[in-house]
Amino acid sequence: MTDTALSPAAFEAHHDDVHAHDDHQMSFFARWFMSTNHKDIGTLYLIFAIVAGIIGGAISGLMRAELAEPGIQYLGIWASYLPGGEQGLDHSLHLWNVLITAHGLIMVFFMVMPAMIGGFGNWFVPIMIGAPDMAFPRMNNVSFWLLIPSFTLLLASPFFGGAGNGWTLYAPLSTYGEPGPSTDMAILSLHLAGASSILGAINFITTIFNMRAPGMTLHKMPLFVWSVLVTAFLLLLALPVLAAAITMLLTDRNFGTTFFDPAGGGDPILYQHLFWFFGHPEVYIMILPGFGIVSQVISTFSKKPVFGYLGMAYAMVAIGVVGFVVWAHHMFTTGLSVNTKMYFTAATMVIAVPTGIKIFSWIATMWGGSLSFKTPMLWAIGFIFMFTVGGVTGVVLANGGIDDYMQDSYYVVAHFHYVLSLGAVFSLFCGFYYWFPKMSGKMYNETLGQIHYYVFFVGVNVLFFPMHFLGLQNMQRRVPDYTDALAQWNWVATLGYKIMAASMLVFFVNVIWSLFKGKPAGDNPWGDGATTLEWTLTSPPPYHQFETLPRID
Amino acid sequence: MARFLPADRKLRTAFFAVLGICFMTGVGWASIPLYRMFCQATGLNGTTQRGTVAPGAVDRQIRIDFDTNVAPHMPWKFAPENPSETVAIGARDMAFFTATNTSDHPITGTATYNVTPAQAGKYFTKIQCFCFTQQTLKPGETARMPVIFFVDPKILADPDANDVETITLSYTFYPVDSAKAKG
Repeated sequence: MTDTALSPAAFEAHHDDVHAHDDHQMSFFARWFMSTNHKDIGTLYLIFAIVAGIIGGAISGLMRAELAEPGIQYLGIWASYLPGGEQGLDHSLHLWNVLITAHGLIMVFFMVMPAMIGGFGNWFVPIMIGAPDMAFPRMNNVSFWLLIPSFTLLLASPFFGGAGNGWTLYAPLSTYGEPGPSTDMAILSLHLAGASSILGAINFITTIFNMRAPGMTLHKMPLFVWSVLVTAFLLLLALPVLAAAITMLLTDRNFGTTFFDPAGGGDPILYQHLFWFFGHPEVYIMILPGFGIVSQVISTFSKKPVFGYLGMAYAMVAIGVVGFVVWAHHMFTTGLSVNTKMYFTAATMVIAVPTGIKIFSWIATMWGGSLSFKTPMLWAIGFIFMFTVGGVTGVVLANGGIDDYMQDSYYVVAHFHYVLSLGAVFSLFCGFYYWFPKMSGKMYNETLGQIHYYVFFVGVNVLFFPMHFLGLQNMQRRVPDYTDALAQWNWVATLGYKIMAASMLVFFVNVIWSLFKGKPAGDNPWGDGATTLEWTLTSPPPYHQFETLPRID
Repeated sequence: MARFLPADRKLRTAFFAVLGICFMTGVGWASIPLYRMFCQATGLNGTTQRGTVAPGAVDRQIRIDFDTNVAPHMPWKFAPENPSETVAIGARDMAFFTATNTSDHPITGTATYNVTPAQAGKYFTKIQCFCFTQQTLKPGETARMPVIFFVDPKILADPDANDVETITLSYTFYPVDSAKAKG
């Protein structure tokens, strides 16, 4: 990062303590429900993401409980608790579909995206570029509050029959395979979440292009800001296509159109093309801000600027651009021609190049640095390891020929949980521990933080690594039962879930303890390595920062 | 151009962002006709071609298998008269199918069709087909339905398709009003 050019001392004159207590004049309702302050909205997003993460994580606990042993043990009992549900194989299998759908949608749209973009993005993008707030503060508020009805619709859908389409909502199951209001509710939920993200994307692009402090050129921006900028462009270009596709699903369901119905000349495969044209950029939307967070943290705890700053920034741009032309690698088994498969195999593998540049540059940043292994740094190093494992299995799956065999097996499940559940989630914890002192003004407990990291690391690896073996032995995803031969590794995976869940208790104890009893953090708890603008402000930052704009030389 | 844009820099950026969103929404909806045109032009997913005159036989035989289906709950029987035929590439051929309405009311149906392997779609050309129009059968009525087609000799010059020895032509009959009926 060239922001080593910034000297923290240059900004100390700009602290705006006069307005630091503005928030105390507002009623609770006005401050939190009508908020236009990017830090308050960021906090709301983070709380929302934690709540959604608990729900989504609990659902995966139900799934791991069922998968712990072969046969169907619990699904029938759970199904009988739902309205209209009863014990029986059909209801059990449908409930399983509902659970995997809810887990996927919640984790993607209501946990990772709100935390990465809405939470950390809102909190730190304006501060890092020296802006007083987001460009359109009221629109920012609308973005957040759209998520509440969206999430409510999704959570309510199991009580109206349940949407069991998978997070991809493939036709024809989602068009005429599942009548009843619950799939419509899931689709509308995605519409609202999409609208929320599109408004957020407009806001970030406008903020980053127009509100940088004097001297903060694009090539001096911290990498986290770069990552959010690229992410915002991906959202802007990918989400409208999803919105169009799921609108067609709605009209196919309710108004007699046949966009995806061969009876009327439509094609269900077209839905898959449209979905994955959105869906592949979506996976980069989830991971790119994580790249940004990890870059900041590695640099801070190595006391060095990031190695190859420009390469790092443009690697993210390259990942974003190439991410739009690889979508059909999710559809290798839909009957693509050999040439099409060859193209999508090659294009997919090309993405390993900019990703490799990033992994290399993070390691090169640590090389020869003055390392300190505080909790955020541990999560960042864990991220690099986990994401590399997930990336390697990704290169395996990118091969059209191998994918014919691996399609819809637990190998795929292991792959995308290594890049998301371990990649994106590690970067979220990394950012949370890194910025917790700045956001709350209190230090977290370092010992508890490290216990959380090590136990979580062991837990998720015990949980997800056996899935590679299960997949290679052809255990199918989206099926709650499996042959007895696979029982051992499934038992191990469920054990891993329990270890991971135990580490989360440590996390919540740490957060609550730190909020009440944590030591005051001071402006910059991380020392000389933390060179970005947020560390020049008080902790927590004043309600309105940078009344006099900082000047970057 | 410039005077149509908002004067405020932030609004100007947001204006372009909204323009991008509108464009991509348009791309999403335009993909429906574009995809159809693309399939017809390239034979993607085994989309067959339409022609008028067969170019004449060349010295190579190819087997054509016929596969017939009816939509679930549609009370028709539908089958080829010969399940398989061997024809010369480039020669005009006619195949017959029979369909019977087994219900007690008239039903109008339309057939969708494609071929496998998918790379043969570009070369499988229909001159006339019952699937180009809707078919109505009275209760208990049986009809013979013809398809006239040829396999384009250009298939022999395509390195991906010249080893194809069998092309399967598949039809599925759907009731015409199914889309409205299920809504």
